[in-house]
Amino acid sequence: MTMPLMRPARKNPILRTPQMNLPPSARSRVALSLTAAAAEGRFELQVCQDCDSVQYPPREACVHCVSPRLKWRAQTGLGQLLASTTLHHSNDLFFRERLPWRLGMVALDAGPSVMVHLHSEVGEAPSRLRVGARLDRAGQAVLIGFPEKESEHMADDKMLREMGSDPKFRKALVTDGKTPVGQALVRALVKAGADIVWVGHAEPWKKLPGLAELAALPQVTLLPLDLSNERSVITLAGEIGGKVDIVINNAEVHRSHGIGNRTGTDVARMEMEINYLGLLRLSQALGPALQGRAADGVTHASAWVNLLSIYALSNFPPHGTYSASKAAAYSLSQCLRAEMRPSGIRVVHVFPGPIDDEWNQNMPPPKLSPEALASAVIKALRDGTEDVYPGDVAQEWLQRWRDNPKVLEREIAAGGT
Amino acid sequence: MSMATTAPLLSALVEAMRTRRIEVIDLTQTLTPDFPQIALPPEMGQCWPFRIEEASNYDARGPGWYWNNFSCGEHTGTHFDAPIHWISGRDLPNNAVDTIPVQHFVAPACVVDCSTQVAQNPDYLLTVDDLLAFEAQHGRIPAGAWLLMRTDWSQRSDPEAYQNFDETGQHTPGPSTEAVRFLVDQRDVLGFGSEAIGTDAGQGYHLRPPYPCHYYMHGAGRYGLQCLANLDKLPPTGAVILSPPLKIQKGSGSPLRVLALVEHAA
Repeated sequence: MTMPLMRPARKNPILRTPQMNLPPSARSRVALSLTAAAAEGRFELQVCQDCDSVQYPPREACVHCVSPRLKWRAQTGLGQLLASTTLHHSNDLFFRERLPWRLGMVALDAGPSVMVHLHSEVGEAPSRLRVGARLDRAGQAVLIGFPEKESEHMADDKMLREMGSDPKFRKALVTDGKTPVGQALVRALVKAGADIVWVGHAEPWKKLPGLAELAALPQVTLLPLDLSNERSVITLAGEIGGKVDIVINNAEVHRSHGIGNRTGTDVARMEMEINYLGLLRLSQALGPALQGRAADGVTHASAWVNLLSIYALSNFPPHGTYSASKAAAYSLSQCLRAEMRPSGIRVVHVFPGPIDDEWNQNMPPPKLSPEALASAVIKALRDGTEDVYPGDVAQEWLQRWRDNPKVLEREIAAGGT
Repeated sequence: MSMATTAPLLSALVEAMRTRRIEVIDLTQTLTPDFPQIALPPEMGQCWPFRIEEASNYDARGPGWYWNNFSCGEHTGTHFDAPIHWISGRDLPNNAVDTIPVQHFVAPACVVDCSTQVAQNPDYLLTVDDLLAFEAQHGRIPAGAWLLMRTDWSQRSDPEAYQNFDETGQHTPGPSTEAVRFLVDQRDVLGFGSEAIGTDAGQGYHLRPPYPCHYYMHGAGRYGLQCLANLDKLPPTGAVILSPPLKIQKGSGSPLRVLALVEHAA
């Protein structure tokens, strides 16, 4: 059994804060599809469309029949551990700083043999196990050997913690505590064991329900934060920047207007001011602080979550300017992800469909509950995924968008949802 | 030829200001991103808050100079309301900040002290009786003067206390409908000035008509000043207000610096 993670001792302030050294991250273009699936929490391998053989490592042509018709398909990952070893020495800086490190060779039931990072609960060979794909600190897919049966504290495994951003004992910032989504996120973080949750709130004179109850939680501290105000963002970063491990940027402006049913640009500007420029301000102010603490002990700075929208992929005209602002935010967040990558900070994109809140009052169900959205965010942090499409509507849009973005655009333009 | 011989009144003014016989008092709140703006239901068009970002600060963006860009609404911070701001004043001549006769930007003021009442009741409405009591003590309110309502509301430096919202909206002082009509119809004032965020009370939407100060003052071509400060430093009568708004084409109002000239006894 995995020992539960204990609250880490306070940092010794006279020692240098360790800096991040990433694990090896070079991958071929074809191997990046393994990463793309792992980014959503799936373990996929190529399957030959001519002879059905499963491929590993990723390749251009079938290892058996040389067919180029290889398709990425989800795998159960079930297999047999053939051998394991524990590293006590490595010239690679990432592993050298994290020794000992357990590795194994697994024969997958689907055919190929793979090298995996081994969870401590997997018994000695020969034994059954389940292989899954996770993103490592470099953001690349690696294969993990999980025990067949889950146990209570298995997420606290030392190797597995390197692959995710479990909120347990971490300190998080939720940028807007006034919305139902923000409040659900704060409660979910507290439930997940977060040490401190800082909760931003703009325009303190506007009293909205729920904030006082939230502030009464012992883990919660309210802080003034208005993403439209550069000084407010810089002040917040100055006050807590050196302590935040997880940033969840949920602050957004959402109005239901297209081009023709609202005169002028005031609404669109407000949406861009928070959804796009607000993210830029926050990234400039807080990004460097997180990067500097990416290897700071077992509760190091680890993740940045941006609440986007499935409408970032394709414009939903009834909420047209909101969609545009989320597309801009998505693009900027890709930039943030690229800039955070060298430090090992994971940038998580969350693409919900309509959320059950006041600004989607006129949208028919199904609508995503704030609680379901919050659960999906916590799961993504724990599992280390970086692309989250929570709920049925988001999943369906994603499939249609992947199938053919032009067809989706035409369906939506014709009044579909 | 000395100035005194060609402009004796202005020369006397300049001399009185030099000796501080005439003092200049700043009635303006500082423009900061933290100063609250008026809040309307969120589906409506909004007044932008004051926002400021550095263009450069002796750095790579401009090595030898410091400057900022700012944005705000016409009704942000201490600001001037022109008649065109309200639907009742929309068809009047010279009703926008760029066309208002400039001599109106220098005018005397009567300051009615309501600070005691407001300390008891944040929703306090200035009454006709308050105005008559003021006149009994200080003389008739002259035509063309500002009527400034002193409440000491500007001393609430916490934005939350300044806005004073609860679930039924804002609770800030202002004039009653009858007092506004008295000031316009019986006293021909230049306009009404307030320390709170609007010339109307926070609950002014529930008066008849809604927002009576905006409705009647602007409908009669009069002006508004709001978010004023330091009214406690003004005498009940005798101060002169300098309040030129920015010359915005067809502007409905503008943030501005409001100054008062106050004469001390010799």
